[in-house]
This record gives sequence, C-alpha cells and structure tokens, in this order.
Amino acid sequence: MKLELRGITKRFGDFTANDSIDLVVESGTVHALLGENGAGKSTLMNVLFGLYDADGGQILLDDEPVVFVGPGDAMAAGIGMVHQHFMLVPVFTVAESVMLGHEEVRGPAKLLDLDAARARVKEISDRFGFHIDPDATIENLSVGAQQRVEIIKALSQDAKVLILDEPTAVLTPQETDELLEIIGQLRDAGTAVVLITHKLREVKAIADHITVIRRGKVVGTAEPTASQEELASLMVGRDVSMTVSKDAAQPGDPMLEVENLSVVDEATSIKHLDSVSFEVRRGEILAVAGVQGNGQTELAEAILGIVAAAEGNVKLDGEVITGRSIRQALDAGIGFVPEDRTEDGVVADFTITNNLILDLYDKAPYSKAGAIDRRYASQNAAEQVERFDVRTTSSEALAGSLSGGNQQKVVLARELARDLKLLIASQPTRGLDVGSIEFVHKRIIEERDKGAAVLIVSSELDEVYALADRIAVMYHGRIVDIVSPDTDRDTLGLMMAGAHEEEAA
Amino acid sequence: MTTTTVTPGAPSDALPEEVLRTKSWKGPIGLAVVAVISLLVFGIGTPSGTQTTFSVATSSDFVHLPTATVPSKLAAILLSVVALALAGYAAYLANRYRKPGIWLPIVYGMAVMGALLTWAGAGRDSTNIQITGLLTSALFLAVPLIFGALAGTLCERSGIINIAIEGQLLAGAFFAALVASMVGNAYVGLIAAPLAGALVGAILAIFATKYWVNQIVVGVVLNMLVVGLTSFFFSTVMSDNPELNQSLGLEALPIPVLSTIPVIGPVLFDQNLLVYTMYVVVIVFQIMLFKSRWGLRVRAVGEHPKAADTVGIKVNRTRVRNTILGGAIAGLGGAFFTVASGLAFGKEMTAGKGYIALAAMILGRWSPRGALAAALLFGFADALRVQLGIIGSDIPSQFLAMFPYLATIFAVAGLVGHSRPPAAEGTPYKK
Repeated sequence: MKLELRGITKRFGDFTANDSIDLVVESGTVHALLGENGAGKSTLMNVLFGLYDADGGQILLDDEPVVFVGPGDAMAAGIGMVHQHFMLVPVFTVAESVMLGHEEVRGPAKLLDLDAARARVKEISDRFGFHIDPDATIENLSVGAQQRVEIIKALSQDAKVLILDEPTAVLTPQETDELLEIIGQLRDAGTAVVLITHKLREVKAIADHITVIRRGKVVGTAEPTASQEELASLMVGRDVSMTVSKDAAQPGDPMLEVENLSVVDEATSIKHLDSVSFEVRRGEILAVAGVQGNGQTELAEAILGIVAAAEGNVKLDGEVITGRSIRQALDAGIGFVPEDRTEDGVVADFTITNNLILDLYDKAPYSKAGAIDRRYASQNAAEQVERFDVRTTSSEALAGSLSGGNQQKVVLARELARDLKLLIASQPTRGLDVGSIEFVHKRIIEERDKGAAVLIVSSELDEVYALADRIAVMYHGRIVDIVSPDTDRDTLGLMMAGAHEEEAA
Repeated sequence: MTTTTVTPGAPSDALPEEVLRTKSWKGPIGLAVVAVISLLVFGIGTPSGTQTTFSVATSSDFVHLPTATVPSKLAAILLSVVALALAGYAAYLANRYRKPGIWLPIVYGMAVMGALLTWAGAGRDSTNIQITGLLTSALFLAVPLIFGALAGTLCERSGIINIAIEGQLLAGAFFAALVASMVGNAYVGLIAAPLAGALVGAILAIFATKYWVNQIVVGVVLNMLVVGLTSFFFSTVMSDNPELNQSLGLEALPIPVLSTIPVIGPVLFDQNLLVYTMYVVVIVFQIMLFKSRWGLRVRAVGEHPKAADTVGIKVNRTRVRNTILGGAIAGLGGAFFTVASGLAFGKEMTAGKGYIALAAMILGRWSPRGALAAALLFGFADALRVQLGIIGSDIPSQFLAMFPYLATIFAVAGLVGHSRPPAAEGTPYKK
C-alpha cells in the first residue's frame, strides 16, 4: 500500500505546527521522519492517524483520497501507530490490550472471545519471534516487551502502514538493536514503516528514505548514506559538532568515595545495589554505563540519600555523608540532575523563576528577612535563562510549558548555580535533541574543568563515550569493571551483560 | 570475544520471577490476632456452666429444625480454636507464596461470629439467638448498600468518582414514594426511583466531563442539593397533601420450594421484588464488567483513557453513560428506604448509607461481587447490633456499629489485600 500526504497543514492558534508537508511512503520500505523535538513530526502523524483534524491538505491511500475522523478510521484503513508513550492499560493482559477496540465476541451472550485474542497474539508473536505471553499483565512487562505488544496491536489490525513515534526513546541499547531488527523484518514482510526519530544512528541503520522536518516544514530529503554530520546540520539548521571537544582530565584528590554501598528493597528483599565500591576524583568524569535497571538509578539516589543505604558508606571530600538528610547532602556540595526531569527535576506548576531557586529560596541573597526577595529571584532567573539559553517567552512561564530540553536546562542551571564538589547527573540528555545535547555536554565538562567530581549515569553509549574519563559498567547491582574510554563498543556491550573486561575483550 | 557469548535475540519479557513472588504476612497475622482476641474474650471470658440457645426455625420451613443449645464456654473456645487454626493455615500458605481460597475468610468469619454470638447469648435462658432472623435482616439492611456500591463501581470503573450516591439514594427514595403514592401502586415506585437517580447522575456526568469540575466537589454539592430539595418538598407539598406520601410496601414474593429450605429459604427466597432484582443486577454486572466487550472498554476508559481513545473508544461518552447508569442503579437502591420497606418518605432518611456504600465499593475492590460481599458484611454488622440489642448484650451497640468501618480502613490501608482504584478516576479526559 502506498501512503501519500499532500500539503498537510495543522495550526494550533497562531502556531503552525505543520506547514504544507508532503510525504510519500511505499510498502516494503522504511521511511524515516527526522527532526528535532518540537519540529512537528508527532503532530503530522497524529493528523495522519486521525487524532487531529488537518487545517489543509490531503491524505491518499493508493492514490485515493481518504478522510479519517478518528483513530478507528485510520486503523480500519490499515494504518497502525505505536505511540511514544505506550497506549496500554497497565492492569490488562496482553490479549486484552490487543483486542481492545475491536473485540471478537462469541456465544449467545456475546462475551469476549479471549481465546481468539490469545491465538492472534501468539501467532504474530511467533511469526516475528517476539516471545510475548498473551496472558502476561502489561505492567509486569519490560519496556521493550510493552513496545512489542504495541506492535502486535497494530499488526493484529492488519496494518499495512506502521508509524513508530520515537520508538527508541525509552529503550536500552540492546532493546534498540532488537527493535531495529524487528523493523527490518516488518519491511521484508511488505509493511510500510514510518520511523519518527531524532536519533541519527538509527536512521542510518534502518531507513530507506529520509525526510527531514524543521519548524513544521520539510527542509529536505536525504539518503541513508549521508553522514551523521550532514543529517544533523539539516535537522538543526546549522552546523553541529557531534562530539564535544574536551581536554584530557586533570584528576586530583578523591572527592567521592563509595565503600561497599548496598541498597535493598525492603518489600521484596531484592538487592538493587550489591556492595559497590569506587571513587571519583576532582576534575574527573566517571560515567556509569549499563542496561537500565541494573542499579544505576539506585546508586545515584543512594549517594544523595534519596534511598537509604542498607550498608556501606559514602564519603564526600573525606567526610562521611551517609545517613545525612538530603538537604545536608546538597549543602555539602552535591548537585543532582534526576533521571526523570518532569517528575523529579522541576515543579511543572511553578514558574521558571521559582524552579531556579527551589534549593536556595531560604538562603541569602534569595531570602531576605524570612521572605523571598522577588526582585533578586527574577534577576537571577533572567541571567540563568540567558546563560543556559532556555527557550521561553518569559522566565515567568510555567516550567511545565517548556519542552524537555529546556526543562533540562532549567534543572542544570539550578544545580550548577551552587559551588559543587560533586555533580551527579542521571540520563542527562535522554529525549533531548541534538542541539540541546551538545549544550548539556559542554556544561557538564565545564563543571569538571572547574574542579568538581562528576558522576554520569547513562544508558546511551554515545553519551558515555562523549563524556567519560573512566567508565564503570554495572550489571545486576554490581560494578563489573571500571575501564578506560578507549574500550571498544562490543567489549562494553558484553560487559553490560555481565562479562568481565578480560573475558569480553 | 573469547569466552562469553551474548545472545540479543531472546529478550527478557517479564521481570525476574522473584520480584513477583513475595510473601505476604499481613493477612495471616491479622487473622491470628483477631482469633486470639476471640479466644481470650469470647472463649475464656465466657462464664463456665452457662448455655447458649440458637434457633433457626421459621414457621414456613419445609423441615423443622430443633433449637440447638450448646455449653457456651466450650463452644466459644472451640470456634476460636477453629479460627486460630485457619489463621495458621493461611500463614502456611503465605510461606509457600500462595493465597487461600475465598472459603477461608468465610469459614473464619463464621467461626469468630459464632464465638461472639455464643458469648453474647451465654446464660440468657429467656432469649434465643435467632440465626435466621439475623441473616434475613442482614441481607435486607445490605440492599441499599449493594445497589449504592454497585453504582459507585460502575462510575469509578469508567473514571468518574461518584460521591453523589447518597443523593441518588435519597432522590430514588423520594421519587419512589411520591410516584407510588400518586399512582397508588408500590411497584411503580421501582420505575420512578432509577429515573430520579439517573437524573442526579446525569448532572454529575455533565459537570465532570464537559466542565471538568472536581468530581468530589460536584458530588458533595449534589448530595446537599438533593437533601435540600427533598426536605423542602417533604415539609411543604408532602405535608400539605399526605396522600402524596403514603406508606406503600412491596409484598414478599416467596419463591415456591426454594423458600421452604431451612435457613437459606427464608433468608434468600422469601423477599420482595427489589431484592430479587438486586441478585440479577449483581450477577449481570459481574459478568458484563469482566467478560463483555462493554466491560473491557469501560475498564480501559477508567484506567487509561488515552489508550482507549487511540483505539476509537469514545471516552467521555462512555463515562457519561456509565455515570447515568450508575445513578439509575443507586436510585433503584433508594427505593429500599420507602416502597421496599413499606415506609413513607422521611427527611434525610438515607442517613449516610450512600457514603457507607462507597466504603463497601472500596472494600469490594471495585467489583460487583466484592461490593456484594462487603455490603453484606456491613449489613450483618448492622443486624448484629440490632440482635444484640434485643437480647440485651453487654457490648455497647456503638462499638459494633463501628466495626465495619474499622474493617474498611484496614482494607484501604492494604491490610486485607491490595486495593487499587482505577488509575484514571477523578481525572477529566481532555484531548
């Protein structure tokens, strides 16, 4: 089936999210829609999927114009979509999730035919090697498995065109490779795949055609043979350096010393962190690599004190900080960039100004005679917004109205405003566009060069390589090894699966 | 790459098994504590040499069972020991990661209640413990709670919090009495009541889905509104025209054969039409909610409305329909207070039963079957209070009246089991 979009235009008020976009997708091909966050990719696909009404333009299937009033119409026409945030009911089983919306019924009472749904899931799962149990509950599945359920959902409706919206944003490197393999299989089976992404590696790995969107307009098409630099500059609209230049580290005395740190989940007695020991020196970046869920999150949180350590201790600049309150740990000179910035990094309903002083509001010069000095706070906000290039209409805008990249800049601006001995950043650039990634990386390196110890937790190997002076690989709550950043990708990958360096190399 | 090979092909689908297998000790410990209290207070605390007489017979029984007289102390101790043994069995199962079947809490509850009754009736030679009467009034008192809890379940499963059950019950009670009195037939009241409840539900649905007003606030305001309106009409129109508020009652319709079975017969099958309707409604919605297309969609809307929307399910339409349907069912339950009890309408006669129904909904974990069980428990506690009052027990009746709510608090706190409301309840769906 051939899908064609002609002159699609979508406005939200004065803002034109899609400006007469043309796109042709042939069956048996993978078409990558490349663009930064906020470029209008998702809007375009929501128009195609019938979630938004277009203000102009046409959708053609096999050269026949079609109109989709709702997602039901799009699905009936053979278009399936895997949303960035999964559209799965956590308490349903896989079979229930897949049948929802087009349930088969049986018997005089017209009750759900779960057996038919199970068989359907099993058939598709076996065909593509998904290993999905139809009776598993969604919330017990890993993120990667949930995504495969979404794909099964689309395929069970005989989708001829499959739209994948930022499918790798939530995946680990391993799961990403698996997904790319699946996309290849779908293409070979004749499905037209539209891959919405801003990740250049994936585009180059799988796409047959590339359309680049910037600020709601198609700014060009490219072949997968184009270099990452070419694609990036097309996407961002200016030259972008893919690797941030940094000088060799000048490590000083140990700043952070972690000794036999363990974290145990009391409810389930599972050891998230199993007797971990390492140190980070002044002026050095230690990056913690590993497949997500191997204890990295707990490590970062245990150092700050968000989760309690079952045993072991943490020393900052020679002083034990285990058992102190989070406030005391922050005051001791720790900066913390949490993994989930929208949930834990900013208060969405607060202005940027207030978000920037969340940790300093009660200290001079932000506080005067027990009240917040509004004038000083605003002045501070204006400076930080300028310095960190936060794209916003005003520093009085709510943090929740910012894009992910700009929220992250606000978090960084706040955390770096204090004199830090140690910066802990979890997934500092997850979901950010190329331009913002470059910016965030530069700031982190600057902090290192100012003499702070930096601990990065990242599941993106690109990021680990870009920042690390040393790499610690975690597996099942333990540090497998700490290696130099010269270690090659394959070796790191094997270490992330638990092999020691000498075994992996 | 010499010794280790990693296969990326087989993805890890579920969490490791040990994550899901947790030993839950809360249940067994709770059961054991209550059983020990039962043993100490009801067992050891019963004076020796006294006797308790239970009677089960009613005049219409097919077979006449004699009254049973048991030595109080021995019986109470034995029943408490049975309860303790069941607690031990639950602990044994918990140690092996298993959960007991539904029979365990039922038998356990009967044992503890038996011990309580034996203790309460000890040495009172002039009165018997009327088992059949106790159960009949338990079921009867549970009827409005069951309808109310069912209404709450239907609304909340679709994502709308229905605090207005109290108002819907009251509106149902009022209209049932009014319309039945006007027509002169109590059965017509059963048609008027759900319409009144549905109207209250419709107002809630509109404010919740169209104007995104906080659902709890709207619900409470609606309760106040219904109290105000019905009280106003009661003290004006109805008191001026007593013929508009008569005491009409639904007669009991004993089901042939079934109603003559001892104990069960008079309790379950010698009731009026509203009670029989309740049986049907509970069974139908239990099946519909969990086994039908409609139920799957309703649950999806209540858990993850966006997911439902992306597969073409109309979220707000589903919510509006369910809220109106829930209102109608609560309204029907309201008929209990007037036509089903043979009473005229009285000011604020629902007396907070709508809120108790909400508690039953939560204790019943948002399922019709659970709502039934929880409401029966509450009804039983209520009936027990009345029964113990009749035989002149030493327990303050306020203490007994308090018991079901203690149970609810523990249930909500997760002691009885994991109690999780629909994820999207109370949150308006905005595209």
